[in-house]
Amino acid sequence: MTWSEMQPLLEQACWDTLYMVGWSTLIAVVGGLPLGILLVLTDRGGLLQNLVANKVIGQVVNIARSLPFIILMVALMTFTRWITGTTIGVEAAIVPLAVGAIPFFARLVETAVREVDHGLVEAVQAMGGNTWTVVRKVLVPESLPSLISSTTTTVVALIGYSAMAGTVGAGGLGDIAIRYGYQRFETGLMWITVAILAVVISLIQFAGDYAARSLHRRGAHAGPAPKLRLLKAAS
Amino acid sequence: MPLCPGTPTPAHSTVTETHVITTTGLTKVYRSRGREVTALDGVDLHVREGEVYGVIGQSGAGKSSLIRCVNLLERPTSGTVTVAGQDLTALAGRGPRAGKELRQARSRIGMVFQHFNLLSSRTVQDNVELPLEILGKSGKERSRKALELLDLVGLADKAGAYPAQLSGGQKQRVGIARALAGDPKVLLSDEATSALDPETTRSILALLRDLNRQLGLTVLLITHEMDVVKSVCDSAALMENGRIVESGTVSELLATPGSELAAALFPLDGEASGEDRTVVDVTFQGESATQPVISQLARTYNIDISILGAAIDTVGGLQVGRMRIELPGRYEDNVVPIGFLREQGLQIDVLGHESVLVKEGAK
Ligand SMILES: Nc1ncnc2c1ncn2[C@@H]1O[C@H](COP(=O)(O)OP(=O)(O)OP(=O)(O)O)[C@@H](O)[C@H]1O
Ligand SMILES: [Mg+2]
Repeated sequence: MTWSEMQPLLEQACWDTLYMVGWSTLIAVVGGLPLGILLVLTDRGGLLQNLVANKVIGQVVNIARSLPFIILMVALMTFTRWITGTTIGVEAAIVPLAVGAIPFFARLVETAVREVDHGLVEAVQAMGGNTWTVVRKVLVPESLPSLISSTTTTVVALIGYSAMAGTVGAGGLGDIAIRYGYQRFETGLMWITVAILAVVISLIQFAGDYAARSLHRRGAHAGPAPKLRLLKAAS
Repeated sequence: MPLCPGTPTPAHSTVTETHVITTTGLTKVYRSRGREVTALDGVDLHVREGEVYGVIGQSGAGKSSLIRCVNLLERPTSGTVTVAGQDLTALAGRGPRAGKELRQARSRIGMVFQHFNLLSSRTVQDNVELPLEILGKSGKERSRKALELLDLVGLADKAGAYPAQLSGGQKQRVGIARALAGDPKVLLSDEATSALDPETTRSILALLRDLNRQLGLTVLLITHEMDVVKSVCDSAALMENGRIVESGTVSELLATPGSELAAALFPLDGEASGEDRTVVDVTFQGESATQPVISQLARTYNIDISILGAAIDTVGGLQVGRMRIELPGRYEDNVVPIGFLREQGLQIDVLGHESVLVKEGAK
């Protein structure tokens, strides 16, 4: 394969990956953030203590997280068709990616929010703030550095999952690596894909760490450095 | 009487007889995993308008539980809390969450914390603006008020700094400015100086005292340090095992024979030099002086008096003197001279003879 043959393939693949990962990250954050916060609030001693709700949400999140992505994709086919009208292509891949990433992100959010000093919550309550004020003015802003690290972790995980989305014809970088590199022995193209993936993931990780650290620097209460927390979350 | 620099101004009463904080029969029982802890056991507290009221006690006595019940951060198990004429316990409702009325009442009660509890993600000014945001004030009004308060606590130049860039004392000043943002009548302080060094502690206490004087702010403070009570409080209460065992204004306490608080506020040392000696503590307040009384006593009864210890100090803005003297002979031999001292209007505590007094009283 020559470069002029590879170039359009790679370009398309980059866009497909970006599109899938971008949308599914957005949905994961929009869905996972409230879910993670709810996990903290409904827990014992929380502002909205409700142990039954807490157990139910916790179980759903655990089950969704423990399913291998490929199985999730198959299991969700009906749901995907209902939402997007199809079960193949980039749009169809976004659904299982997002559904898989929501509980993943929610658990990271839960860990981050739990680390916020309870004294801050009390201070806002003593000022006359309600639960919504506590969430908006304390829990989210105070855990922001960790939340950014969590988002980075989620993006990196989603890039990995998106490779498998190729099996439903969604394309993307991972799909190219498998189809051309593994099935057609186009090792050159495969290595280029691997290189692109490595560079993209490093850039995302770097940007995420940088953002988290620069927010973190001014805070004294925010717990361990984001780098450490990333490692914990990934293991 | 001249005051040393740094000594808080003496108690010139902004204090009125109205009670701003009243608790009646306040009880708090913590239940966790089948175990019950009674942290408050029928506490009746009366804090007068415009005074600085200190609650002191050992760790676990229930001080924090008490102050947290005052703004209902903690729900009392039974009893009532009234702040500025409003029965907060009646506003609390049944559920664990605070309703609108209780939240409004809380916004009129300032609170400062041992660990400051400032938001690390916000600048100093934004921290002070937070209560005003909750009250729904406009941006302009918020920043005007915040800057005014930062000026009041002496931190006008730190408005743009983050809490992590401040010293402990500065953080607590921000905490105090924030607590004042809602124009409260009452300030609650749970160990506000316990995380600070002695000098910073003094400056924070002086600030609280000034605010109390200037704004007529009523301050209820919790502490485990007697020095805090001594330097700023008009009244004090001693807590033990969830109960208030002694309470009153500082001068009332000093005038109470055998008061543990008075003894701790104003400790005297000196041991009897022999078996057949009587040791007497003489306490006087304000302008009266013991000197002529003691020499008079010596002359009248022709006895040798040794002075074991003496001190003059400012307690809660009052000049108080204390002297420990030793008379020859046993208590029984000294009934007349001691009676003479009592007649002079001095407060007399005979060491180790409360039991004798009780027995005599029983006869
Ligand atoms: N949330 C809680 N759950 C269970 N028990 C509690 C709780 N808070 C306090 N207690 C118990 O209630 C008692 C009084 O505690 P409190 O914190 O009021 O004491 P304190 O006088 O403030 O002590 P310290 O000087 O150490 O702060 C203690 O025995 C404590 O263990
Ligand atoms: Mg305490």
